[in-house]
Amino acid sequence: MKPLRPILLVEDNPDDVELTRHALERNNIRNALVVAPDGVVALRLLFGDGAAPDTPVLEPQVMLLDLKLPLVDGLEVLRRVRDDPRTRFLPVVVLTSSSEERDLVESYRLGANSYVRKPVDFTAFVEAARELGLYWLLLNEPIDAPRVAGPAGVKT
Amino acid sequence: MNPLRPILLVDGNADDVERTRYALEQNGVSAELVVARDGITALQWLLGEGARGGTGPRDPQMVLLELGVAGGLQVLRRVREHARTRFLPVVILTSSREQRDVVESYQLGANSYVRKPVDRAEFVAVAREIVRYWVVLNEQVPIGASAP
Repeated sequence: MKPLRPILLVEDNPDDVELTRHALERNNIRNALVVAPDGVVALRLLFGDGAAPDTPVLEPQVMLLDLKLPLVDGLEVLRRVRDDPRTRFLPVVVLTSSSEERDLVESYRLGANSYVRKPVDFTAFVEAARELGLYWLLLNEPIDAPRVAGPAGVKT
Repeated sequence: MNPLRPILLVDGNADDVERTRYALEQNGVSAELVVARDGITALQWLLGEGARGGTGPRDPQMVLLELGVAGGLQVLRRVREHARTRFLPVVILTSSREQRDVVESYQLGANSYVRKPVDRAEFVAVAREIVRYWVVLNEQVPIGASAP
């Protein structure tokens, strides 16, 4: 069996992070949950750090991406992820409280796989996180080892 | 709540069509399941391409696409090229076990790629989950907003 790849959650709201963690644990989803509290950390986790080139980069199975983030916002993270051959096909789900149509359209235009509005209600949030986990970790088939093909391929 | 628009299933395998239909019924998803057995029929229905008058283009909720049908990948390619259907959720639901199909599907802009389970009960569970995810949880671009 292949080792479980982590989930990358890009989220600055600690309450939403805790809720997501709780929902995943409660549903026996054992993939590690790696949290980036802003866009800069997310990009550093995915692409490495120029200052510490030996730090291994993260190869998540799915990225759950909030849009309103400090430093570098979610849409910019998405743009860079789609521009880079190492992450071009990484499944990205925008998970946001934004109900603005332009965020929705822009997310899909930039290549998000899916867009999910954060439910306000606690139970509904836990249920949504459960569905997200099941769908993207168990059902969806990602491209195997996408980084091997990239020009800046990372040693595995 | 708006009435659900139909779900377009592009699949030539009668058993799999029946399993998908059953999954929808089990889910209580009241969307009509429109079945196209090949890519040309799917594109005619979706885009009104080559239709012999009368039937204009239609707007489904999502497309479930078996790559094994004649013209399967062509459906995905045309859907993504066309302004009206550019953001339509397309989920590949296929018996293919070929890695190159996975790669090509994502290159052409599939939202998701799911392998059909062989076991009937598993198939129904997977189809149920797919529909629930894309119809209930996922937000899609409203029709018209994607027009140029």
